[in-house]
Amino acid sequence: MQSGTFHTTYAADMALRPYWPQRLRIALVLVAVLVFPWFADRYWLSLANTIAIAAIGAIGLNILVGYTGQISIGQGGFLAVGAFSAGLMAARLDMPMWITVPIASLFTAVVGAFFGLPSLRLKGLYLAIATLAAQEIITWVLTHGKLLGIGESLSIPRETSNIFGISMTAIGNPDFAFYWVTVGSLILTVLFVSNLFRSRVGRAFVAIRDQDIAAQVIGVDLFRYKLLAFATSSFFAGLAGALTAHYRGIISWERFTIDTSILYLAMIIIGGLGSVSGSIYGAAFITLLPALLSNLARLLSGAVPQINSYLPYMQQGAFGLAIILFLIFEPEGIVKMWRNVKDYFRLWPFSY
Amino acid sequence: MEKLVQLTMSGVANGAIFALVALGFVLIYKSSDVINFAQGELLLIGAYLTYMTVEQIGLWWPAGVVVAVLLAAVVGVLIETLVLRPLIGEPAISVIMVTIGLSSLLRAIVGAIWGVTPRPAPQFLPRDTMTIFGASVGVDKIWAIFLALVLFALLTLFFRFSREGIAMRAVADDQQAALSMGISVKRVWAVAWAIAAVTAAVGGILLMSIFGGVSGSIARVGLLVFPVVILGGLDSIPGAIIGGLIIGLLQSYAGGYLPPDLGMGEVVPFIILLLILLVRPYGLFGQRFIERV
Repeated sequence: MQSGTFHTTYAADMALRPYWPQRLRIALVLVAVLVFPWFADRYWLSLANTIAIAAIGAIGLNILVGYTGQISIGQGGFLAVGAFSAGLMAARLDMPMWITVPIASLFTAVVGAFFGLPSLRLKGLYLAIATLAAQEIITWVLTHGKLLGIGESLSIPRETSNIFGISMTAIGNPDFAFYWVTVGSLILTVLFVSNLFRSRVGRAFVAIRDQDIAAQVIGVDLFRYKLLAFATSSFFAGLAGALTAHYRGIISWERFTIDTSILYLAMIIIGGLGSVSGSIYGAAFITLLPALLSNLARLLSGAVPQINSYLPYMQQGAFGLAIILFLIFEPEGIVKMWRNVKDYFRLWPFSY
Repeated sequence: MEKLVQLTMSGVANGAIFALVALGFVLIYKSSDVINFAQGELLLIGAYLTYMTVEQIGLWWPAGVVVAVLLAAVVGVLIETLVLRPLIGEPAISVIMVTIGLSSLLRAIVGAIWGVTPRPAPQFLPRDTMTIFGASVGVDKIWAIFLALVLFALLTLFFRFSREGIAMRAVADDQQAALSMGISVKRVWAVAWAIAAVTAAVGGILLMSIFGGVSGSIARVGLLVFPVVILGGLDSIPGAIIGGLIIGLLQSYAGGYLPPDLGMGEVVPFIILLLILLVRPYGLFGQRFIERV
C-alpha cells in the first residue's frame, strides 16, 4: 500500500501518474482493452466502439464545460459539423478516412471558435442559451441541406474507410477493425487532454473557470483562451463526429439534435465535471444504460409481455432520473464515487 | 393584405401563447435564478391533463380545464420541492442540467401514460372563421388572444394587490431583504413554480386547441421560450409579453413570406436570439447587470 508521497526527483514529482497503484491500474486497464476485442462478439464490439466515440466527444465537452466553465448546449451541432464535413469529403471527393478525420476535426475547431465568439460578452446562463441557438441553427442548416447536397441522410462509401490504404472491411468484421481506430483515438485524446491541463494553456482554462476576473488580473487573455477552449473542445467533438460518420457509414441530422447535446452534457455531469476519466465513465454509463434496460426488458418480457412497448419511455425516464439523482446525491459524479471507494481501501482500517 | 392580416392574427395568437409560457419562465428565473428547460414539458402536461379530464374522464369542459390546471399547479409545486430545492446553492450548470433531466423524465412519463401517437383534442374553442379586413381568421385564434389577455390581467392584479404576489415581488427584488422581513422564500418559490405550471398549462391547452390535437410536438414550443425571454429581458415580465408577441409575429411572417421550403419560421427566432445576445444581452427591458468580461 502506498502511504505517502516520497518523491526524490522533479521528474518523479511531475509524472502524470506518480504512484505505483495508479500505474498498476492503468496497466490492467490497457491489458483489458487489448484483450477485449479478441473475445467479444459483434454486439459488445459495437457497444465498445460507441462508448469510445462518445468518450472522445465527452472529453471534448468537458474541456469546455468542466475545465473552462463555459456551459455549452451545442455539442450535438459540433458533432454534426465533424460528421458531415468528413462525410461530404468522403462521399463527394472519395477521400480516405485518415485524411477526412483530421481535416474534419480541424474544420470543426474553426466552427467551434466562431460560435465561441459570443463568449466574449456572455457567460453562464446567457452563454448556454447562445450555444443553444448555435445548435438550432446548425440543425436547421442540415435539415435544409439542399445547399450542401445532403438529402435526408448521407451515406459514406465503405471503401473510403481505410487507413493508409488498409481497408476497415478487409478483416471481415468492421467492428473489430474500427475498435482499434476508435480506442486508439480515445487513448491519444486522453493522453493529450490529461497533459493539456498540466500546461500553461490548460492552467489558464482552469483559472478562467475558477474566477475569470482574477484570471484576467494575473494576465490570462480571457478572450483568446476562451476561444481556444471552444476550438479545442470542438476539435474533439469533430473527431468524434467524423469517426461516427465513418463507423456508421450513414448519417442523418437526427443523430445530432439538441437531444444529443443533452446526452453529452449528461455524460460529463454523471461522470464528473472537470475529469478526463469521468468523461469516459459517463460515456460508458449513458451508452450502457439503454442497452442494459433493453436487455432487462427482454428478460422480463416473458413475465410482463407489454414491457416492450414501454421500453423507449423507460430508457428516456431512466436517463432523466439518472441526471436528477446524480445531481442531488452525488454532484461530483461517478469519479467521486470511485474515489470514495479507493479512499476507503487506502485508509482502511482507520478511515477517519 | 389578406395574407398580412392572417399572418398577423396567427402571429399574435402564437405570440400570446409564447408570452404566457415565457411569463412562467421569467417568474421562476426572477424569484429563484433557475433557468427552466422543462417549460415545454409543463405545456405538454397541461395539455394532456386536460385531454385526460375532458376526453377520458368525461368532465364538462370548463370543469375539466379547471381540474387540469389545478393538477398542473400541484405538479409544479412537487417539482420545486422534490427536485429544485435540494439544489439550492449549486452552480448554474447543475441547476440547468437538473431541469433538463426533469424534462426528459416528464416526457417519458407523459409518453408512458398517453403514448406518442397524436390524439384528437377536445374541442372547446369554436372552429369557425370570421372576416377581418377581408381576410378570414379562425375564431379560435381570437379566443386564444383574449384568454391570454385575461390571464395577464389576473396575474397583474395578483402581483399588485395580493399578499402572496407582493411577497413574490419582494423576493425577486432582494432575496435577503425579503427573508429578513419574514417572507418565506421557499413558499414563494413553490408559488412561482405553481404559477409557471398554470400559465404553461393554459398555453398548452390553447395550443392543443389551435393544433386540433395533442402530441409531443407541443413541448417543442418550450425551446421558443428562450428567444422570447432573451429578447424581452430574462427578468422582465412586460418584456416576456412584448418579446412573445414580437417572436410570434416574426415567426409567422418569416414562415409566410419567405420561401416555404426553407422552413425559416423555425430558425428565425434563434437567429434573432444570437443577434440579441451579441448586441444587447440584457434584452429590451432586462436589468443591465450582466457582468462583462
